[in-house]
Amino acid sequence: MRNVVTIAGKELRTYFHSPIAYLVMALFAVLCGFFFYNLTAAYVIETFRMLEMGGMGAPPMNINENVIRPLFEGILTVVLLLLVPLITMRLYAEEKRSGTIELLLTSPLTDMQIILGKFLGALCLYVLLMVLAFLDIGLLFLYGNPAAKPLLANALGFLLYGGALLSLGMWISTFTKNQIIAGIVSFAVFLLLYVFDWVSAFSNGTVGRAMSFMALTTHFDNFAKGVIDLSDLVYYLSVIGLGIFLTARSVEALKGRA
Amino acid sequence: MIEVEGLTKRYGPTVAVSDVTFQVRKGEVLGFLGPNGAGKTTTMRVITGYLPPTAGTVRVAGFDVVEQPLEAKRRTGYLPELPPVYPDMTVDEYLAFAGRIKGVAGAELKKRMDAVSETCAVSDVRRRQIGKLSKGYRQRVGLAQALIHNPDVLVLDEPTAGLDPKQIIETRQLIKSLAGQHTVILSTHILPEVSKTCERVVVINGGKIAAVGTPEELTRRLQGFETVLVTVEGPEKEVKEKIERIEGVNLVERHEASDGRVTFEVHAAKDKDVRAEVARAVVESQWKLFELKTSGLSLEEIFLKLTTKDLGEEPAAT
Repeated sequence: MRNVVTIAGKELRTYFHSPIAYLVMALFAVLCGFFFYNLTAAYVIETFRMLEMGGMGAPPMNINENVIRPLFEGILTVVLLLLVPLITMRLYAEEKRSGTIELLLTSPLTDMQIILGKFLGALCLYVLLMVLAFLDIGLLFLYGNPAAKPLLANALGFLLYGGALLSLGMWISTFTKNQIIAGIVSFAVFLLLYVFDWVSAFSNGTVGRAMSFMALTTHFDNFAKGVIDLSDLVYYLSVIGLGIFLTARSVEALKGRA
Repeated sequence: MIEVEGLTKRYGPTVAVSDVTFQVRKGEVLGFLGPNGAGKTTTMRVITGYLPPTAGTVRVAGFDVVEQPLEAKRRTGYLPELPPVYPDMTVDEYLAFAGRIKGVAGAELKKRMDAVSETCAVSDVRRRQIGKLSKGYRQRVGLAQALIHNPDVLVLDEPTAGLDPKQIIETRQLIKSLAGQHTVILSTHILPEVSKTCERVVVINGGKIAAVGTPEELTRRLQGFETVLVTVEGPEKEVKEKIERIEGVNLVERHEASDGRVTFEVHAAKDKDVRAEVARAVVESQWKLFELKTSGLSLEEIFLKLTTKDLGEEPAAT
């Protein structure tokens, strides 16, 4: 466990020694802030209009449903497709390029300690992004009264969604010495997993349903609504586990090939 | 300390190392010599546990690198050809990280960091970023990393590659000073390195061991006394005839001549040292003897002889 923490600490320090951490956080803060402002402004205008109209027959406005949910479900999930590859692309590719992988693999560490350490380090940076998002959402508490409990589900969903992307991105990073390639391939794979459930629009057969189930987004909907569903939880944990397992296999193969 | 037995490593259909067996004794500096692509790096990577062997066993300090990798790795320090440094880190951060993943912690870590910085002469740059250091410093930081956990065994892959002559001499001295307390195995394709730093040499070529011995043994075994070079000032024809008459001399050839001095190449019968007789013959005739030596093969020539011979015998290996 101490070794895992050491590796995680090293990864996190590397993010902050290079521009990557600042770049990712700045991009996320700007994008998240812009969309949050937009959604909130639209919400306020809509509320005033409904007050003027006396709220006849319209469903009551709810800040969780009308601001926070679309922010997570419609926007941040997409923003992350772009930003998570920036976090994961260097995890193995850079170690392979600079030869430091030889230091890691010849030190008295197990492969799994290295993998978990790297995953944990990347996850820490990701949690900082989450903090940024919740800073924005926290502002709502100053001027309104959003329900706090659904936010916990939002946070958990956000963490699991990111964890799934991170573990898959880490796996993809083991295949190349080139960070750019790792980043682009990760983005393509993430995008594909994101749009998988679009097939459900025209295919209701087994294949369509299976693909829809595999999509990263279908399982996020409940979390965005503030609902924790066991099947969603299992789905994300499985994807994280799969990513870590595939990374382990890939590192094993790496040794055979040199 | 290191026991390599029947080591074979294949990358797909390519055989990188084939049935290599050798031992390194405790405290010894063993040179691993061979042309580029001979299998030096592959062998070292197997010893350090970076690559699994296809066949054969490797034991470090009694621990099998496949069966007990963590125990073996704990006792091994490894400097790959390219120093495995993180350019973003400072020297101190890097050594601390390397120490921690190798199981050194707390006060002991601090002590070891001071010690290896001192040994490897990087004390003056400990707060500098590694990426901004010169190649020589980076190499020494890499070596400091290999030493941080005070390993029994030190594996150095071409430790002087890419350094300037002064740095090369310093690195060699450093390696020599490590012998005794550490068992060192170092690879190189540069010959003087071996005669200057190593007690024993394993010559590897085409993935196979071509020769094992001390640098002196190898020299003796290959050069023999059969060919002697003698430089004399005197009448060329008479000198030649006189030397030809010595017992055991088969052939005398004029090698070169300048300023009235002639150098002859004297070929003697196998295992026959004719140097004393040649010297007496020249001096007795009142000629001036300037130089007398076995046409010693340099290490370079031995190396070429060993490696090309092997290839000649086995054209299939190419």
